[in-house]
Amino acid sequence: MNQTHAPAGTPLVELRDIKVSFGGLHAVDGVSLTLMPGEVMAVVGGNGAGKSTLMHTIAGAHPADSGQILVNGSPVTIANPRDARSHGIEVIYQRLALADNIDASGNLFLGRELRTSSGALDDSAMASATRDVMKRLNPRFRNLNTPVKSLSGGQRQSVAIARAVHFNARILIMDEPTAALGPAETEQVRELIMQLKSEGIGIFLISHDIHDVFDLADRISVMMQGRLVGTVDKDKVTKDDVLGMIIMGKQPGSAA
Amino acid sequence: MTDTHSAPPATADGSQRRDWRAFLASSEIDTRLAGMVAALAVIWLAFHFLSGGDFLTSRNLWNLSVQSASIAVMATGMVLIIVSRNIDLSVGSLLGFLGYVMAMVQTRWIPDTFGLGFNRWYTWIIALAVGITLGALIGAVQGAVVAYGGVPAFIVTLGGFLVWRGLIFRMGEQGQTLSPLDDNFRLVGGGPDGSLGEVRSWVFAVIGCAGVSLSLYLSRRRRKRYDLSLRPLPVDVGLAVAGCAVILAAVGLVANGYESPITKQPTGVAYPVVILILVTMAMVYVSRRRRFGRYVYAIGGNPEAAELGGINTRRTLMMTFVVMGILCAVSAAIQTARLNAAVTNLGIQNELDVISAAVIGGTSFAGGIGTITGAVLGAVLMQSLRSGMVLLRIDSPSQDIVVGIVLVTAVAIDAALRLGKKRTVGVSLVTGLVLAALIIQTGRQ
Repeated sequence: MNQTHAPAGTPLVELRDIKVSFGGLHAVDGVSLTLMPGEVMAVVGGNGAGKSTLMHTIAGAHPADSGQILVNGSPVTIANPRDARSHGIEVIYQRLALADNIDASGNLFLGRELRTSSGALDDSAMASATRDVMKRLNPRFRNLNTPVKSLSGGQRQSVAIARAVHFNARILIMDEPTAALGPAETEQVRELIMQLKSEGIGIFLISHDIHDVFDLADRISVMMQGRLVGTVDKDKVTKDDVLGMIIMGKQPGSAA
Repeated sequence: MTDTHSAPPATADGSQRRDWRAFLASSEIDTRLAGMVAALAVIWLAFHFLSGGDFLTSRNLWNLSVQSASIAVMATGMVLIIVSRNIDLSVGSLLGFLGYVMAMVQTRWIPDTFGLGFNRWYTWIIALAVGITLGALIGAVQGAVVAYGGVPAFIVTLGGFLVWRGLIFRMGEQGQTLSPLDDNFRLVGGGPDGSLGEVRSWVFAVIGCAGVSLSLYLSRRRRKRYDLSLRPLPVDVGLAVAGCAVILAAVGLVANGYESPITKQPTGVAYPVVILILVTMAMVYVSRRRRFGRYVYAIGGNPEAAELGGINTRRTLMMTFVVMGILCAVSAAIQTARLNAAVTNLGIQNELDVISAAVIGGTSFAGGIGTITGAVLGAVLMQSLRSGMVLLRIDSPSQDIVVGIVLVTAVAIDAALRLGKKRTVGVSLVTGLVLAALIIQTGRQ
């Protein structure tokens, strides 16, 4: 992980003029953003605004065509999910990127399995570590040995979050973390987000839910057609201002 | 798990059911596998009584074990391929091709091309090495076209199905039968000498018992060290005792119970069965305890999650075909050695038997679900049906009809169980049984 002693006030992540295109389509067209430690930055916009693509770029799933990504003030190359993880970036995906047929610890360590000296999977060590991290996040969680298919949406989401916590994520990308959840489970995930934030983790939150955004975020970045409309402090705008940015692409305060 | 026991019961009836479930969960006994064993037991008993006591004999079960081996070996590889949402239709043709190549090596290339003679100590080693290497290479080519080329596995292996069979006729012999084969090579097929013999079979059984007990003990110790929930000790002891009992009974009553018609000595475990047991152990280890196996199941469960987890999914998919190619070579050796000849139609329709064995064994085409041991049991179950029907003098076309009915019934029951539709389970079971019984009854000659 990259934990150089950057001077205070250095952003955790800084994006400079990121461009990503698919064929002729500019999915992300020159976006610059910053994320501070302990900050929740909401990224909002309509369908096809480019917010998911931008997050995929940070996560290494769609490398950028041009532009720069800085982590703790130093430029980094993120060409694949492994690169992203090595910089402490973890992602929690909208459709809960878990393998349904595998148990919680298998999912938590997917792609980063612990192994014994003979190279075999060390299932006991992984199960033990999973139990410890789940104890912290969701004390009611007890289905360590069953495939995650049989878990509730909230329990599945806590497995996904546990993955980020266990590997000491400094930067977390959450793509619609509450979209698949009921009210009680949504509340649980919200509490988790506030807890992670208090530990100094920076969070990108992609959400369609304007209430989620206003409850959780510190700043809000609005995207439209691949471009950044603007970034605003949550405390200085109203929901209507943000909706106006999402729908019309206009800056708050400008005449209608 | 300790937590499960602490859940307060709602009603008296509910608590009992929950205790039973908690017991099953804590014993981690695979209910699907237990169901298959039960089905197999029912089939064996049914054929035993229908045939007037001819089925559960040392001789019949010994033959059954040898006849199941070649399909079962390939079925363990097919599980990984189907679990990762692919299919391999080429295995029958590939088996035929590899068998023919291995026979060419022993009967033409080593003696004639290289002038190194026939029936030498090294003949079988070279033949097997060539077959396994070629199987791996062909698997790699087919797998690479699937994984890196993005061509559906159905198409690639349908092509392979035609290509490998056709190539048999292009190897200079116009497809004539190659026979006899090397004396040592023939032992792989389990002929009169191709068995462990009485004493070595007992040694094999004792090693097996020790292995089962040791692995249960080691797993227990590992879990204890990490302070994880343990199975109740009586369950583990019971599993060890049951495992040993099955091994000792199989060797004592079947393998050593069957006297060779020629030597009048107990034959012991046949080499094809020894090979099957070793292959099964290796494949269980690979699928459950190695990263490769974990990745195969992850890809089958959610390919996107596997990709995002940083898994090299293409390489993993290609490797499943490499494993399949190697296992085809092993089965090809068993079948050619057993015939003491390579013939052009070797392995015809084997792809269907192998896929059926995997599917009857609980492998799901939806991906992510299937076990190696289930597939082996599936192969034994299919061979049991065939052997039993032969004992009942049922003609071959009727046998095919019954196997077809059983295949569809097994999958229908599996699907209904997965969805929790109890009535559908019953309806499928009864329909399948009635149809199969009807065909068996009318097919007797």
